[in-house]
Amino acid sequence: MNELLMNSACFGFALTLGAYLLGGWLKKKTGLAVMNPLLAAVVIIMAFLIIFKVDYKVYEAGARYVSFLLTPATVCLAIPLYKQLRLLKDNLLAVAAGITSGVLSSAVSIFALSRLFGLNHEYYVTLLPKSITTAIGMGVSQETGGIVVLTVVSIIITGILGNVIGETVFRVLNIKNPIARGLALGTSAHAIGTAKALELGEVEGAMSSLAIAVAGLMTVAVVPFAASWL
Amino acid sequence: MKYLKQCCIIFGITMAGELLNALLPLPVPAGVYGLFLLLAGLCAGIVKLEQVEEAGSFLLDIMPVMFIPVTVGLIENYDLIKAVAIPLVVISAASTVIVMAVTGKASEFLVSLTGKEKKQDE
Repeated sequence: MNELLMNSACFGFALTLGAYLLGGWLKKKTGLAVMNPLLAAVVIIMAFLIIFKVDYKVYEAGARYVSFLLTPATVCLAIPLYKQLRLLKDNLLAVAAGITSGVLSSAVSIFALSRLFGLNHEYYVTLLPKSITTAIGMGVSQETGGIVVLTVVSIIITGILGNVIGETVFRVLNIKNPIARGLALGTSAHAIGTAKALELGEVEGAMSSLAIAVAGLMTVAVVPFAASWL
Repeated sequence: MKYLKQCCIIFGITMAGELLNALLPLPVPAGVYGLFLLLAGLCAGIVKLEQVEEAGSFLLDIMPVMFIPVTVGLIENYDLIKAVAIPLVVISAASTVIVMAVTGKASEFLVSLTGKEKKQDE
């Protein structure tokens, strides 16, 4: 199977799109919130690779062209942000303070949980940048002596989880304001959370986009201090 | 041709972001540079909304798909993850919920306090 699929440049690309569409279809059919198309697609592809003994590298050879679109898509987050610029200006103080509260609660909660689990300094600083976008988080982890690969793992777990449970958290805690929803998704679950925010609405998407950038850069400033706590 | 032109603008700005990322010694990723370049271009009127809107909306629509390959790649690091799986997953999950709850609640309270928003949510 490996050798056969190695000949197809489109295999990984087609499998990625197909699995996502199947995930969307499953969600529609079952109506279950846990049937997140993104998560379902990941599980379907992992199962496919394991069952048919296909190397990740063979999949990645085609799938990389999907990942390639991420940087231009991030640039396009400027579009919803531009459309909501007025709303942002009117709520500038609340937005800035809201993101700050998220960045601080991230550092404090990771510190407390790391203490609880008795993690050493290395694992603690590995987890500190887990809520920010991968490109910034990797640098922060490296700078403070963390294990970069594990930082990336925790960033992805965080993003997927935020994407999946966002709506449930908002319902349980009765968070209705679209500005607050967007900031919460972007600050806690970076770009993957923002993908969910864009589904919820334009204001949510715009605020989440802004939060990726602001929370990411704020974390760069906060982590060197937080790193000395444990 | 319309879509080609829109893609050209978006990828051109992305390229500028990548070059800034390579040239400047700041911890800012290429996408975030590009985001602010495009935002500045739109605000200054150099780039018109209708020159990027359709291709841009398409890219944003399919954004969740772009995270699939890297997430599937977690199976490559299975051994590394296995050693610390429980604390890693529990801490990541708990902290994500805490940050989401704090940011959401705090922002909602602050917006209602200071915002001039005209009750547009429902």
